[in-house]
Amino acid sequence: MERERFMKLLPWVSTPILLALIIAIWKFGTSTFSVSPFVLPPPEDVGRNLLELMQRPEEWLVHAQITLVETVVGFGFALVTGVVVGAVLGRIFWLELAVRPLVVALQVIPKVALIPLFVIWFGFGLTSKVIIAAILAFFPIMLNVLLGVRSVEPGHREVMRSLNANRWQTFSSLDFHSTLPYVFAGMEVGIVLALIGAIVGEYLGGNEGLGYMVVVSLNALDAPRLFAVIILLAVLGWLLFFAVNGIKRLMIPWHESVIESGIS
Amino acid sequence: MSAVSKTAVAPAVPELELVGVEKTFETKRATTHALTAIDLTIEREEFIAIIGQSGCGKTTLLRILAGLVKPSEGAVRAEGRSLWDGAILDSETVNKLGIVFQDPNLFPWYSVEDNIALPLKLRGIDRKTRRARAHELCELVGLTGFERAYPRELSGGMRQRTAIARALSYRPAVLLMDEPFGALDAMTRERMNLELQSIAAATRATVVLVTHAINEAVFLADRIVLLSPRPGRIRSITRVPFPRPRELDLETAPEFQDIARELRHQLDEDA
Repeated sequence: MERERFMKLLPWVSTPILLALIIAIWKFGTSTFSVSPFVLPPPEDVGRNLLELMQRPEEWLVHAQITLVETVVGFGFALVTGVVVGAVLGRIFWLELAVRPLVVALQVIPKVALIPLFVIWFGFGLTSKVIIAAILAFFPIMLNVLLGVRSVEPGHREVMRSLNANRWQTFSSLDFHSTLPYVFAGMEVGIVLALIGAIVGEYLGGNEGLGYMVVVSLNALDAPRLFAVIILLAVLGWLLFFAVNGIKRLMIPWHESVIESGIS
Repeated sequence: MSAVSKTAVAPAVPELELVGVEKTFETKRATTHALTAIDLTIEREEFIAIIGQSGCGKTTLLRILAGLVKPSEGAVRAEGRSLWDGAILDSETVNKLGIVFQDPNLFPWYSVEDNIALPLKLRGIDRKTRRARAHELCELVGLTGFERAYPRELSGGMRQRTAIARALSYRPAVLLMDEPFGALDAMTRERMNLELQSIAAATRATVVLVTHAINEAVFLADRIVLLSPRPGRIRSITRVPFPRPRELDLETAPEFQDIARELRHQLDEDA
């Protein structure tokens, strides 16, 4: 019991300590080795810049919103198409066999290399970034759903068969629940990739979004600002990931990936 | 008139009947003759145990009774009605059968009570009735207090009890069990045997139990069907004379051990 409580509290204690340690090393590095502040600004400069940014939300809030919209809309498209395509390919074996070489070929393309193409085709606005985010998030979701649809336990299927369940009942009581953990596994990878897609898209074209702010800070050689924007992006990534993770905890409380440590 | 004839005829119709059942499995490499010339009649409220070496086709026989496997030849009848009409399974007859598999096969996303009530949900029974029935069954199989638990929180024995309760939820006339206690330790297994005996008595169900444990078969069954392998066929049917309910002490009685020894002897001859 004591041990269980300790294990539960441990991450809440260890995380601040580890963060403090990293910042201390950072500070030590910049002060002792006289690193150029253009390469690695001391943590207090970055902190000051971040505070300034916080006090002037008009400078970044619009950009953060744009990045958020690109990521979420792209992710939404990826989720819908990924689930549909994954489910269809998982169910229709010959179709999956027919398109497998093409899917593998598409999957191994470094998709960020295609971003300039999308900028040419869809312009410098939101559309190209949404599409990039969607394409990056699509593959992990689709592949996980495909695997999930095929991973329904034969024994469970037999139970439904012995109970005379019809197709709809088998889907709603068995396939749906059984596949859901795979959907969420794909979503957790997908949401992070969608954000990466949106940011890289912003690096290469357009004049809005947090990625654009990164480029502007870089061109101005404003290293503290660059770090501050990167921290904003990290926070955005965390928020998106924990949103997906939170929905997962609500939807599949029974699944191993949700159970906290200490329950045996 | 039909009502009169039903009551007059019903006791004469056996609960389950296998007539000239053959089963061959065709694979790309070979044809396996799994069962041959199976004739078996099971009366209402009878407790039948099927024993035999692994690979003798006892599981296949149970799956044929359950309608999960179609026999290559011969007929399967429940209460006089054929289970198969051509390639089509008679769903009304199947609804009278409850099946417990070797693996409990509980759905991890459902609580114990939702797992137990799943067959009722599929039959369109309302939530309140389902819950009441699930609680009733938890009491019967000794799971009171665990209604809301998820399967992962249960021990192996409790999982198998949940599976038994699920099979009993719709009051099947016949309970078909495929080595349900095979994965349990010896002590849990003995207790489960006692409980199965009282459950069978309480529900007045006909039970067909596949097992590889001779003592389990002798302790529980009215008749023991021994299958010989390759191809699976009925070698002997042994009647167990002890009245039910039986006590665990019975296993030390000389008559009990005589029956067990004879069955062991027959099994050894097949090896």
